[in-house]
Amino acid sequence: MTRLEAPILELHQQLVDREFSAVELAREALERTGELDPALGSFLRLTPDRALEAAAAADRLLQADPLGAPALCGIPVAYKDVICTQGVETTAASRILSGFVPPYSATVVDRLEELGVVPLGKLNCDEFAMGSSNENSAYQATRNPWDLGRVAGGSSGGSAVAVAARLACATLGSDTGGSIRLPASFTGVVGVKPTYGRVSRYGLIAFASSLDQIGPLAKTVTDAALILTAVAGQDRRDSTSLPAPVDDYLAHLDQGVKGLRLGVPREYLEVGLDTGVRQVFEGSVRMLEEMGAQIEEISLPTTEYALAAYYVIAPAEASSNLARMDGVRFGPGLGSATTLREAYEHSRHEGFGAEVRRRITLGTYALSSGYYDAYYLRAQKVRTLVARDFDRAFAQVDAILAPTAPTAAFRLGERTADPMAMYATDVLTLPANLAGISGVSVPAGFAAGLPVGLQVLGPYLGEVTCLRVARSVEVGAGIWNQLPPVGGGGE
Amino acid sequence: MVGTPGAILIGFYNPGSVAEEGAPEQQMESIGLSEVARISSLARLGMTPAELETLAVQLEVIVSAVGQLSRADISTVPATAQVGELRNVTRADVVEKGLGAEEALGNAGVKAAGFLRVPAIQ
Repeated sequence: MTRLEAPILELHQQLVDREFSAVELAREALERTGELDPALGSFLRLTPDRALEAAAAADRLLQADPLGAPALCGIPVAYKDVICTQGVETTAASRILSGFVPPYSATVVDRLEELGVVPLGKLNCDEFAMGSSNENSAYQATRNPWDLGRVAGGSSGGSAVAVAARLACATLGSDTGGSIRLPASFTGVVGVKPTYGRVSRYGLIAFASSLDQIGPLAKTVTDAALILTAVAGQDRRDSTSLPAPVDDYLAHLDQGVKGLRLGVPREYLEVGLDTGVRQVFEGSVRMLEEMGAQIEEISLPTTEYALAAYYVIAPAEASSNLARMDGVRFGPGLGSATTLREAYEHSRHEGFGAEVRRRITLGTYALSSGYYDAYYLRAQKVRTLVARDFDRAFAQVDAILAPTAPTAAFRLGERTADPMAMYATDVLTLPANLAGISGVSVPAGFAAGLPVGLQVLGPYLGEVTCLRVARSVEVGAGIWNQLPPVGGGGE
Repeated sequence: MVGTPGAILIGFYNPGSVAEEGAPEQQMESIGLSEVARISSLARLGMTPAELETLAVQLEVIVSAVGQLSRADISTVPATAQVGELRNVTRADVVEKGLGAEEALGNAGVKAAGFLRVPAIQ
């Protein structure tokens, strides 16, 4: 039993009541990580000094003003390594950023740390967040605590595993095509992909700028809502951050689903769902119906083209964003090159892994003269159709229910030789990124002992509804507190 | 709940098209080894011949899969480059503290006299 099993508000009350100190909680998190993480590989680096310093500051605040201390004061968290942290190495799990120490922190980091969180360190991910299994990290694979022979999901695999194994209370990830929701589903935690622009991207190392969003991963829907509340809102440093006021994500969580119209897209059930995943999904839909929701079949007809559109648009934007990775301003250096071109080629060849090179090439191809109209422009038009599908759907229903992924966690190495099989892992998550809408993955059940997530998609700025439906699933499923075998749970 | 504004259709956000001499006619078909080599060179990836061969085989499959886009009826559909309420953000024209030269150069491998140092362009 670890204190880290408790939800954040419970820990907050215990910290306020001085049952233990934030420093004691931080030490427990660091010791637990030291003990369990060698088998899991969720952290790329721990920052114990920073954690203990922040915990001591949190203790001072909790002592001076216990009733005024924020709920996140003294709570251990960690960040995906694509999120810049001032003075702490940030690599995006790529060799080309080995040794890069950002001179500033991302806005999300500043916002959390102003509230007194305890930052434990930086979490593993697929290189530049490109991947669905966490096997593309240049440094290590992250393993699934429910079965060490299986992947954690990606690209925010470290962020999901650190929560699933109760190493951190909550983490931040980023979601470009499903990179928060997918690993959340594979590891049995809650993951939120906010509406595009709801959370500042300042200080997020860019993958595909029109799709990327930062969001929380946590044990419970309430914990995720607490973190989202802290990081959401307009930021003058990110011109795509939305000026709309931030909703109260906590107030409506327990209102249930009675009277809500929930849509089930028929196309999402035609993608070759694993039998166990289908059973969990159908069981959840029945449960929500019994709770009073009105279930309606809907159609998102462009689904069949969404995957193809995404795998043109995301690599195209990546090929442009990653042009800055030239080894000059950061990175391992230019070697013994005698011309600038040689220097670039040396840095980029040595610095990028196979998947990143594949996507840069694909993106450069899609944008290149002669192919632009056939691929990039066409994909952007299909993107319009995907967004229109959702517009039509949300005129009919309040939220959409779907499996988060067609399967539960697959075996390490199972899809690495077949890029298209790996890409297809995102087929049910990436349409939400193309349309910019909100989504949550919440643990809904198990298939052959592996966690299975239910995805709740909401309209533009529909986080309140998504979280409310997800909370009902969490209450009905009653599994949020089950621990994986690595982490203290029974077989 | 805030309503769904839908996709705002704007054309200016564009990762950039790469123009290069010798580019083929507009088409959607298979990608061969020589094309993969040309594209990879444009992207300054420094790939070896063996790496290019592997990549060409993989891209063949991927490009063929994304080729299904040609079946979508988009004849009257505008392009979406970015969703959301994208608007210009301005601030008062006053000097603010930014990164100093030392901080800005802190991660550079080779520097001299407050500048980045790189091989000559030839």
